[in-house]
Amino acid sequence: MNIHEYQAKQIFASYNIPIQDGITIEDANDAREAAEKIGGDFWVLKAQIHAGGRGKGGGVKFAKSIEEVEKYASDILGMTLVTHQTGPAGRLVKKLFIASGVDIKKEYYLGMVLDRTAEMPVMMASTEGGMEIEKVAAETPEKIIKVGIDPLIGFRAFHARKLASGLHLSAEQMKHFGKFAKALYEVYSNNDASLIEINPLVLTGEDTFLALDAKMGFDDNALYRHPDLKNMRDLDEEEPTELEASKYGLSYVKLDGNVGCMVNGAGLAMSTMDIIKLNGGDPANFLDVGGVASTETVAKGFEIILEDPNVKAIFVNIFGGIVRCDRIANGILEATEKIDVKVPLIVRLDGTNSSEAAEILKRANIKNIITATDLADGAQKAVKAAEGIRS
Amino acid sequence: MSILVNKDSRVLVQGFTGKEGTFHAQQCIDYGTNIVGGVTPGKGGQIHLGKPVFGSVQEAVEALQADVSIIFVPPAFSADAVMEAADAGIKVIICITEGIPVSDMMLAKKFVQKKGAILIGPNCPGIISAEEAKIGIMPGFVFKKGNVGVISKSGTLTYEAANQVVQAGLGITTAIGIGGDPIIGTTYIDLLKLFEEDHETKAIVMIGEIGGDLEIQAAKYIKENITKPVVAFIAGQTAPKGKRMGHAGAIIAGSKGTAKEKMDALEAAGVHVVASPAEIGKKVKDILG
Repeated sequence: MNIHEYQAKQIFASYNIPIQDGITIEDANDAREAAEKIGGDFWVLKAQIHAGGRGKGGGVKFAKSIEEVEKYASDILGMTLVTHQTGPAGRLVKKLFIASGVDIKKEYYLGMVLDRTAEMPVMMASTEGGMEIEKVAAETPEKIIKVGIDPLIGFRAFHARKLASGLHLSAEQMKHFGKFAKALYEVYSNNDASLIEINPLVLTGEDTFLALDAKMGFDDNALYRHPDLKNMRDLDEEEPTELEASKYGLSYVKLDGNVGCMVNGAGLAMSTMDIIKLNGGDPANFLDVGGVASTETVAKGFEIILEDPNVKAIFVNIFGGIVRCDRIANGILEATEKIDVKVPLIVRLDGTNSSEAAEILKRANIKNIITATDLADGAQKAVKAAEGIRS
Repeated sequence: MSILVNKDSRVLVQGFTGKEGTFHAQQCIDYGTNIVGGVTPGKGGQIHLGKPVFGSVQEAVEALQADVSIIFVPPAFSADAVMEAADAGIKVIICITEGIPVSDMMLAKKFVQKKGAILIGPNCPGIISAEEAKIGIMPGFVFKKGNVGVISKSGTLTYEAANQVVQAGLGITTAIGIGGDPIIGTTYIDLLKLFEEDHETKAIVMIGEIGGDLEIQAAKYIKENITKPVVAFIAGQTAPKGKRMGHAGAIIAGSKGTAKEKMDALEAAGVHVVASPAEIGKKVKDILG
């Protein structure tokens, strides 16, 4: 789960991490009041969506007067913001963060993420603040300083020194940075975060550090113990079909092709997409109906796949283990009674009682069900069917 | 021969009396696995599926000399169950549970290593040594005895691969599902080493997927240490970047952890990489003849 910048800043503030003072509004008519409350003579307005690259897309503006604040607020709120992370459809901006302008001396990058190889969190800092960090990592990796933090000892003074020295900070700056970084580690570990990015982290005119931006993501498996974070979830930022699928315990990811896939197990589901591609087709989705493919999950799976108008055929690829194939075959037949599947349905059932299952499907004599004997056969038939070739 | 577990393994079931624990423990017993008892806190002294139930792993180990444990407890309590097993002296701990927080596993894994135990999983189908012991949730009948070892991040894809190997006229020594989470107890390297040492295993099937770099570490290890033929398949060649594909660990972060980079590394290490998941069994057959 990801949260908005303004929400991440609220969490930061509760750990005494310096942030820009700001107010989040949803109606442009509230912009004047917010700007007056914040005070000063220079403001920044930032669209709140879960995607990077907002500045380039026109979602971040600097205002030198209240009138400019009002103008930019009405420009940004309600706009469809397109960035390199939103895809061409973009994202509707419903919330706007207005903050005081900051006297910036220098910009840095500071982030935390799980290092899967070292099996511990890593804190990363760079002098190349404000840049796309993926680009810095690819082109000048020596400009990113990393420290792995063993959870058994937590964040220590030497971790801070190592980062600060890599950033060439003065003794005074180092002291302030150390406190900042330690608090950031606490934010990460106390909240089961999976990612924190502050880009840029700024050094102000007073030689103190401040989080000008904030991005946070969390370990979904740990949300059960953070009810406060759960409330920060913004369903508008999530793909509606994926959200619907997750309510039924199905794992669905939409893709661009025309062969719908319904599979039991994540590894087999990915492989099914791969083999469709190898046969010259394009998968329309990833869909894992779980180890136990029941009538209910299969019916819901059909419904979700068919919401995508590009789908021209559905490949049901199930390896029946402890759940026998004959039962799954009956489940598929029941599901097709509930959901009207008009496209060809290529069914491959392998594993326990697979021949009985094939018999059940054959006897049912449903026109658009095509049975397949194995993975390769199923993929070939599905690709042909999607192209309109009856095999 | 087989690796890690065999017919003499004395297996304990943690979360024995729960729905999942009961169902799968019965399946394991039916397969012939030497299940000696189980643990459910607060239910010590009962008999379940004809086996004694204990309130703690320590008590069960003392009474039954159990050396292997399989865990079916809910995700919020799984890391604790893993550490309890290691603390009680269990040598091979198999954690089936999906959905355990990463921060819990980070600590649990360190503790297990300190105790000198082996953790398989979490978020895995378990281990099966063909016709000796099934300590997991896989359909046992698929895994006919033979001389191919299987190491996989996936569940049903492992059954698919094993089935192909058997259809090709071969069979399995031991198959291990190592799990699809970002942090897992045992990786390819530890198991490749055991299969290399196992006289009965003549070839190894390795099934990976997008995310992380375990397959790339394995490629380096294979190049320097493994003399037996290895056949590999990597799932997720068509997966988009930045999207989690079912498993918590199956995600291409930035441009790292793609199927292509893994396939290239394995290929360069002399591994027989198949692009199609339908070619796994055939490839093993071609090599072993």
